Amino acid sequence: MAEQTEGRIPTVIADGVHIVYRVNTGGVGKGAATAALSKIVRRGKGKGEERGVRRVHAVRGVTFTSYRGEAIGLIGSNGSGKSTLLRAIAGLLPCEEGRVYTDGQPSLLGVNAALMNDLTGERNIVLGGLAMGMSREQIRERYQGIVDFSGINEKGDFISLPMRTYSSGMAARLRFSIAAAKDHDVLMIDEALATGDRSFQVRSENRIRELREKAGTVFLVSHNNKSIRDTCDRVLWLEKGELLMDGPTEEVVSAYEKATNG
Amino acid sequence: MSDTTHDGALATSKPPSEDAGLSPAELARKYGLSVSGARPGLGEYVRQLWGRRHFVLAFSRAKLVAQYSQAKLGQVWQVATPLLNAAVYWLIFGLILGAGKEMPEGVYVPFLMMGIFVFTFTQSSVMAGVRAISGNLGLVRALHFPRAALPVSFSLQQLQQLMYSMIVVFIIAISFGNYPRLSWLLVIPTLALQFVFNTGLAMIFARMGSKTPDLAQLMPFVMRTWMYASGVMFPIGIYLKDQPQWISDVLLWNPVAIYMDLIRFALIDDYGSSYLPPHVWLFAVGWAAVIGLGGFVYFWKAEERYGRG
Repeated sequence: MAEQTEGRIPTVIADGVHIVYRVNTGGVGKGAATAALSKIVRRGKGKGEERGVRRVHAVRGVTFTSYRGEAIGLIGSNGSGKSTLLRAIAGLLPCEEGRVYTDGQPSLLGVNAALMNDLTGERNIVLGGLAMGMSREQIRERYQGIVDFSGINEKGDFISLPMRTYSSGMAARLRFSIAAAKDHDVLMIDEALATGDRSFQVRSENRIRELREKAGTVFLVSHNNKSIRDTCDRVLWLEKGELLMDGPTEEVVSAYEKATNG
Repeated sequence: MSDTTHDGALATSKPPSEDAGLSPAELARKYGLSVSGARPGLGEYVRQLWGRRHFVLAFSRAKLVAQYSQAKLGQVWQVATPLLNAAVYWLIFGLILGAGKEMPEGVYVPFLMMGIFVFTFTQSSVMAGVRAISGNLGLVRALHFPRAALPVSFSLQQLQQLMYSMIVVFIIAISFGNYPRLSWLLVIPTLALQFVFNTGLAMIFARMGSKTPDLAQLMPFVMRTWMYASGVMFPIGIYLKDQPQWISDVLLWNPVAIYMDLIRFALIDDYGSSYLPPHVWLFAVGWAAVIGLGGFVYFWKAEERYGRG
């Protein structure tokens, strides 16, 4: 690979990362309140775990280093810990053990959680931009670009209507347009490519390529091996939270395909 | 554990020769990488939060607007909801129980209104605080910002909500013969102090609620007890005059009672300083400083742990 020369600059170093989710199970299982109560009482006497809490060990000891200019794909079956690992790199999920070192602030492409369905598209653009850490001036500058890119106004003045009146495709387009309006040092994309109709998909793929060029390092989570092959030069294969393979795209993706088809 | 069956595990990445001997931590230090998601220092944290002030404000406004956006009357409910709330209490406590009989004519209705609105301000800040982190895990897990932005934003939303209620309060005060005078200005520092107190309290409960979401079920009962003990619908001093003095002093010095009484003192002509406990401003400032600062530090201490859920 081209970057395999000396003097590469690391951007993200994951050092033995473990991530554990704690899930409050409350009254899960058979029976209702009484069962839950007796469970609490029983657990309370026994040693060990907190009451009614299950631990889900999502990522188990992942270590890797990424360098400037790399585009890294993350593959693995559902629930293998890909998205969780991304969130840990972004510093959004605390590590149970191990550490993630980063250069600058990695950011996850996505603002879905900050947007509110009861607000108009206009207000959501401002809110989403602010939530991503853009300044008000930056948002004002890029506002028209976001609206045009989303194509929301192609069928009339929808941007001044509440988001709950949008079709699911329109809402997804607006969300992507807001998320993609900001430039990032370390960019992480979590299967954001497959939204909207054909023409929007083409537009968003182009936009992601642009973002990639500006960003130092790109992480892409996807189940689409074609888009991984198209965009990434290195791939991490996660399975059950463990790093199974780490290497050049072709090598890892073929091994993954062999494992999943066979 | 039983999942150690990945025979195919092999790492094919070749570390560059120059940095080959370095441990990850040493490598990170060499290139100036910082730990992701580490808790910033207190000063830095305040600076980051200030940097996000526009987000805090926009978020609180958005929540406020979204609240009634599906109702036909829309934002009219901002005023109608507190008004109806007060009407119910007036019906029960004013008309049926006659809680205001010992007060001068025309004092009880504004007294009750102010008590309810001021108490609701604290109550809803606490309730929003409990869910500030646990109810917004999606946001916390998707975007980067000082987490204190959430509880601050929620209590700011309550402050804006209170502004609508204050319109009602002013109208009621005037219609019961209390005309604007200089002491009305005391409302501003009082509400500012109460806002600081509420925000601190919201941050304390935001941290506790992020660890124990069950608090959201428990808190309504705690808050209701607090409301009845704070003299929202009856004047504590008059009702407890047969009891030992310290009981009514303790009740009167509780923060919500302090802010409530200061508002009443500012706006109602016949609600004189005899209704106020001694050192009232000292307590008003003290509660705001202790809970406001303490809550902020307490919240910040767990900054890197929010989002684990």
